[in-house]
Amino acid sequence: MPESSKNVLDRFRQGDADAFEEIFREQQTTVYRWILRIVRDKGTAEDLTVETFWRIYRAHARFDPARGFEPWARQIATHVALDWLRARKPESEITPAVEATLTAAGGSDPGVQAEIRTKTAEAFTRLPAKLRAAAVLAVVEEQPHKVIAGSLGISVTAVKLRVFRALRLLRKDLEHQGIRP
Amino acid sequence: MTEMNHNLNKESERIKELLKAAVPRIAEDAEPSRDLWPDVLRRLDREPVKVPWFDWALVGGLVVLAAAFPTAIPVFLYYL
Repeated sequence: MPESSKNVLDRFRQGDADAFEEIFREQQTTVYRWILRIVRDKGTAEDLTVETFWRIYRAHARFDPARGFEPWARQIATHVALDWLRARKPESEITPAVEATLTAAGGSDPGVQAEIRTKTAEAFTRLPAKLRAAAVLAVVEEQPHKVIAGSLGISVTAVKLRVFRALRLLRKDLEHQGIRP
Repeated sequence: MTEMNHNLNKESERIKELLKAAVPRIAEDAEPSRDLWPDVLRRLDREPVKVPWFDWALVGGLVVLAAAFPTAIPVFLYYL
């Protein structure tokens, strides 16, 4: 958010609804994309964006302008997305529509067989929410570790550890399914 | 030891490749399909009215007082 918006942020902190709308208009796409990267479903990402901004508005008095709006919003959005991931049952996560997206044209490596891609995607949905979020943001979305750490409220080292654990669990899951990566 | 680390790194890289192949990256220009502001307003309207705890304590105190001294109720109502 540019420096000229400092006044808007100050008004938002005091609970000004117009300032909140202005911030929403400016930030909704950024927040939506971040959530979409974690939950991987457009409709859900829209619902969770609404939930995120509701939480942002409720927490307006705790907002620290010195810290910046985006990192703060990203952290709230990440918590909302993680809550959603935790509430979902892993076996119900891959709907036919999502599976089609995951396995048809989505793969960046055409050499990887469709069956392996499907099984990898399924194993991915079985990862614990916090490992899954760290892995997808770091490996698939290639977000900087520092940004991921800020959004999860942990250190960069902890992010790397979570990614490592996620990859190890994925390997074990695939081996269990008879796939030797 | 070095060879073991090398193998671990190789395996890790292979899993990363599999993950990238299985889970496509989200488009950089992804946008919500509609304006979400009306939904945010609806969500804000749905928020239940919160009564501070000290208001509940005051009501509780008045109920206890009324139960202990019922004859004081008309006096209390007179001063309302």
